[in-house]
Amino acid sequence: MRAPASLLPLTLEHVCFEAGGRRIIDDVSLVIDGGSRTVILGPNGAGKSVLLRLCHGLLAPTAGRIEWNARERTSGPRKQAMVFQRPVMLRRSALANVAYGMKVAGVGATERGARARAALERVGLTHLAGRPARVLSGGEQQRLALARAWALNPEVLFLDEPTASLDPGATHEIEAAIAAIHAGGTKIVMVTHNLGQARRLADEVLFMHNGRIAERAHADRFFAGPATPEAAAFLKGELLW
Amino acid sequence: MDTIQLAFREALAMIGQLDPQLVEIVLLSLRVSLTAVVLATLVGLPLGAAIAVAHFPGRKTLIVVLNALMGLPPVVVGLVVYLMLSRAGPLGALGILFTPAAMIIAQAILITPIIAALARQAVEDAWREYQEQLHSLGAWPVQSALTLLWDTKFSLVTTVLAGFGRAAAEVGAVIIVGGNIDGVTRVMTTAIALETSKGDLPLALGLGIILVTIVLTLNAAAYLMKEAAQRRYG
Repeated sequence: MRAPASLLPLTLEHVCFEAGGRRIIDDVSLVIDGGSRTVILGPNGAGKSVLLRLCHGLLAPTAGRIEWNARERTSGPRKQAMVFQRPVMLRRSALANVAYGMKVAGVGATERGARARAALERVGLTHLAGRPARVLSGGEQQRLALARAWALNPEVLFLDEPTASLDPGATHEIEAAIAAIHAGGTKIVMVTHNLGQARRLADEVLFMHNGRIAERAHADRFFAGPATPEAAAFLKGELLW
Repeated sequence: MDTIQLAFREALAMIGQLDPQLVEIVLLSLRVSLTAVVLATLVGLPLGAAIAVAHFPGRKTLIVVLNALMGLPPVVVGLVVYLMLSRAGPLGALGILFTPAAMIIAQAILITPIIAALARQAVEDAWREYQEQLHSLGAWPVQSALTLLWDTKFSLVTTVLAGFGRAAAEVGAVIIVGGNIDGVTRVMTTAIALETSKGDLPLALGLGIILVTIVLTLNAAAYLMKEAAQRRYG
């Protein structure tokens, strides 16, 4: 028996995305490999979230190609997951939210319960398993969203500013969970504009500016001395126009 | 003034004594309208959810038409159903004109657009919030629609009750296709119309009180349930 083909690398060739007559992603070519934690950095409006949605298949490029190593459908069981800036919780219990993701992914009913409980335990939400998900706090909901993604054992996990609206304590918990998911062998691709977070989590930085990848470097090198003036200005906290 | 007071007193007495004529009319009304609601719900909810989730040419036009059909005049529905079911009509062979079955059909046609249009709105609002997450998880369109219907179930109860209220309260359609035959097709609204014109105010008033009470009670219950659910589930 052959192991199922890996999703990665993900290849983007001359990808453009336009909406409302504006070019949001401008001719991006890129190969994302497995293993490391890739952090997409950049100022607001650089196109980070749109690039993430294009990779995940939520948006279709208006030009260019996006290709996974193995064929990946956009409906039915998927080997990639995404956690959004604002978690979207269904009107049911925390446990049922985690189980729902697995149900869509075709996991059998008996297995779902056990895996959902294990996922809740990993993010420290066991005591809230029976509570309606939508009345949990923002930090708890985001941990729940991570548990829902984690339970699917995705090969790639996309995160779109997962801590943008959370306090430092909740942010710390989310970052710990992301590190644990990565330690389990999941590729992390995360968008953030929080420099501290990027320093803590990134192995590799993709710096975006005006819809383009302005710079791509190892995190250490990037933070020690960025090659482009835009990235240098961003790191210094200057406004980019 | 005295006649009205007298009629009121007599009406309440009829209700208190469970007057057999009154009870028969109320039960037939409930049977007709509830069956019509069940049929309209079976068609309207999936239809509304499908329109909310699907993309197809002419979708906007369909939504406008559906919303307009919410205001369909009952007499027109009655007339059309009458033409279909009359002996010369395409469905005349069924022989169900002037039976409760004809009234059920007419009311179901009347309220299906109401349930579909209101469900479409509720489901579409939820869809806007869930869309990316459900796509991300890989949910199929039908799966998404079912999830949305389940998650909006408390709003949909109100939707279904709006349909019931409309069915129970309308007179134009049932009087045309039912004929208001005593003991066979006489329901609350047609009886009220007839008894008022005959001058038998107690029966008309009694039925009116019951009709309003039923609709009020159901809607109050639905409102309270939705409130409680919102507090519990967010």
